[in-house]
Amino acid sequence: MSQSIIEAKVVITHAVGLHARPSVKLTKLAKAFAARIDLALADAGPWVDAKSIVKVMATKAPQGATLFLRAEGTDAPDAIAALVGLVERDFDEGGSHAVSP
Amino acid sequence: MPSARSFKGTIASRGYAEGDLFSLSAEVRTYQASGDTGTETARLRLAREAAVTEIAALIAHTEAEAAEILEFQLAMLEDEALSEPALAAIARGQGAFSAWQVALEAEITTYLASDNEYFRARAADLRDIMQRVLRALTGAAEIAPPPGTILYGDDITPSQFLTRDWVQGGAVVLRQGSAASHVAMLARARGVPMLVGVAELDGATGDPALVDAEGGMLTLSPDGATLAQFRFAATQSRLRREEAAAIAHRAAATADGTPVKVLVNVATPDDVDAIDIAICDGVGLMRTEFLYAGGLPDEETQFAAYRRVVEWARGKPVVIRTVDAGGDKPVPGFTVEEANPFLGLRGIRLALAKPEIFRVQIRALLRASFLGNVSVMLPMVSLASEYRAALDLFREESERLTAAKVRHSIPVLGIMVEVPAAAISPELLSEAAFFSIGSNDLTQYVMAAGRDNGAVAGLNDVTHPSVIALICNVVRYGEMKKIPVSLCGDAGGDPAAIPALLNAGLRSVSVVPAQLPLAKLAISSVRLEG
Repeated sequence: MSQSIIEAKVVITHAVGLHARPSVKLTKLAKAFAARIDLALADAGPWVDAKSIVKVMATKAPQGATLFLRAEGTDAPDAIAALVGLVERDFDEGGSHAVSP
Repeated sequence: MPSARSFKGTIASRGYAEGDLFSLSAEVRTYQASGDTGTETARLRLAREAAVTEIAALIAHTEAEAAEILEFQLAMLEDEALSEPALAAIARGQGAFSAWQVALEAEITTYLASDNEYFRARAADLRDIMQRVLRALTGAAEIAPPPGTILYGDDITPSQFLTRDWVQGGAVVLRQGSAASHVAMLARARGVPMLVGVAELDGATGDPALVDAEGGMLTLSPDGATLAQFRFAATQSRLRREEAAAIAHRAAATADGTPVKVLVNVATPDDVDAIDIAICDGVGLMRTEFLYAGGLPDEETQFAAYRRVVEWARGKPVVIRTVDAGGDKPVPGFTVEEANPFLGLRGIRLALAKPEIFRVQIRALLRASFLGNVSVMLPMVSLASEYRAALDLFREESERLTAAKVRHSIPVLGIMVEVPAAAISPELLSEAAFFSIGSNDLTQYVMAAGRDNGAVAGLNDVTHPSVIALICNVVRYGEMKKIPVSLCGDAGGDPAAIPALLNAGLRSVSVVPAQLPLAKLAISSVRLEG
C-alpha cells in the first residue's frame, strides 16, 4: 500500500484571514480524508492538526499569510488538492473581499 | 433621585433606544467538586455534551448568519483539543469546574493577545462556550433580562444576544466588545443599537437609560430636558427614514429645484433583484471583482453577468467598471504580491500589465454593450497613455469580433478619477468620454490616510477642503469641455457629505442601494450656494 507524503503551500487571500467560518470549512473538509493532515505558517513549522479547529484557529493566520499543508496517507494527493482549492477559492465566500469604488 | 450622567461609547450598530439598564454581572455559582478524578472527568464530559446539545438546538432555530456563528462554537466545543488541558488538570486532581474555567481563560487570553481585531473579537465566542459548559456543570439557568432593557456588561456572548427577544426594543452597551464582533454584526443586521468601549458605569439594574447610537452616547437617569431632547432626535431619525422611503420613487432635486441624478452601485448581479429600476437613474458603478472571486472568469460567465444587469436596467445607463483587482482586492493568478499594494499594480495598471486576461473581459463588455445603454470605465487611471492603451485593446478586440461575425458595439469609455494626479490635471485626460470620481480612493490618497485604518479615520474625510477643491476642479473642467462628471464613492450616499458635493457642482451621484432613499432626502434639503 502506497503511503505518499504530499506538501503544498497557498496564500490566504480572504479579507480577515483564516477566521471562524473559513476554519470551520477547512477542518470539516480535512476530516473528510483519511490522511493525516497538518498545517503551518512556516516551512519549519510548528505544524498543527488541520482537523482540529481549536488548533487551526490558534494559528491566527491573517490575510496574506502563506499556509503550508502536509498530508500523509493514501488519499493525501486528493486531500491537498481539495484544501488548496478551498483556500484559493477564498473559502467559497465570494463577497469577502473589501470592495471599493 | 440621582442626576443625569453621560458616557461616551463607540458606535457598533446605529439607532436610538430607551429603557431600563440590565447589568450582565457574573452569575454566582457554587460547584462542589467530588474529589474523584473519574467522577470529575465524567461530569465535564457530560456538561460538554449538554452544551453541544444546547447549541445544536439554537442553530435549528436561528437564521443563516447567526447559525454560522453558532456552528463555529459547536465545532470548537466538539474538538477534543479544547478539552484536553482541562482533562489533564482533572487528572492532576483539580475539580471539573475550575479545570474548565482555567483552561478556557487561558485559551481566551491567547485570543485577546492577538494584534488582529478579528481574532481578538473571537474571545467573546470562547467566553460563550466557557460559560455554557460552566452552567451545565452547576445546573444554573441563564438569567433572562426583561424585554426592552438596555443590556450592560463587559461583553455579551452571541447566544446571550440570540436568545433575547429584541422585538420590544432594547440595546447593548459594553465596556469592552468590538464593532468587529459577531454580536455587532448581528446587532446591525437586526437594527439593535449597540455601543462598545463605554467607561465603567456607576449605574445599576433598573436605572433608566438612553442609548444614542447615532451620536455615541449613553445617558443614565436623564432629566426631563435630556429625555425630551433624546426623544426628539429619535423621532426625527425615524421620521427621516419614513420620509426617505416615501420620496424614494421621486426624481431627486435640491430644495431650489436643481435636478440631481441618483444612480446605484451594484457589487454583484444578484443585487439588482432587490432594486426597483424605477427608483434610480441607472447603474453608476457595476463592479466586476465578484467575477474574479473564484479565479479567472471566462468570457461567457462575464457576458452573462453583464447581460443580466443591462437587461434589468431597461435602457437606463449602466456603467461597468473594468476589473479593479489589486490593492485590498487580491485575485489568485492575476494580482501580484506587493509590499504596498495601494500604491502598486492595481486597477488599469494591472489590467494593462496582463492584457491576455484583460482582453477576455473586453470581449465580454463589447458584446454586452450591444444589448443596452452601456458605458465602461477604467479604474486608477493616471495617464492618458493608459486610457489610449485600453481603448486600443477595445478596438483590436472589436475587429476580431467583427471578423468572427459576433454582434457587439464599442462602449462609451470613461475613467475613474481617484488618483490625485487625474483630479489635479483632468485636462491631461480630456480624451476620456466621462469622469467618475471615486471618492473613497481619492480621499485616502489625498489625505494619505488608509480607509481601513481606524487610527487615522479622522483624517479620512471626503469633506476636507483639499478633497472638495479637487472635486470642484474636475467638475469645472468637465463643464467647460462638456465631459460628464459623476461620483460613485461612499460619500455620494452620505447625508453629511452631500451638501458639500452638490455645492462643489456635482449633479450626479451613484450610491449603494440601501442608502438611496436617505441620499435623495438629503439632496432635497440642500439649498445650493451662490
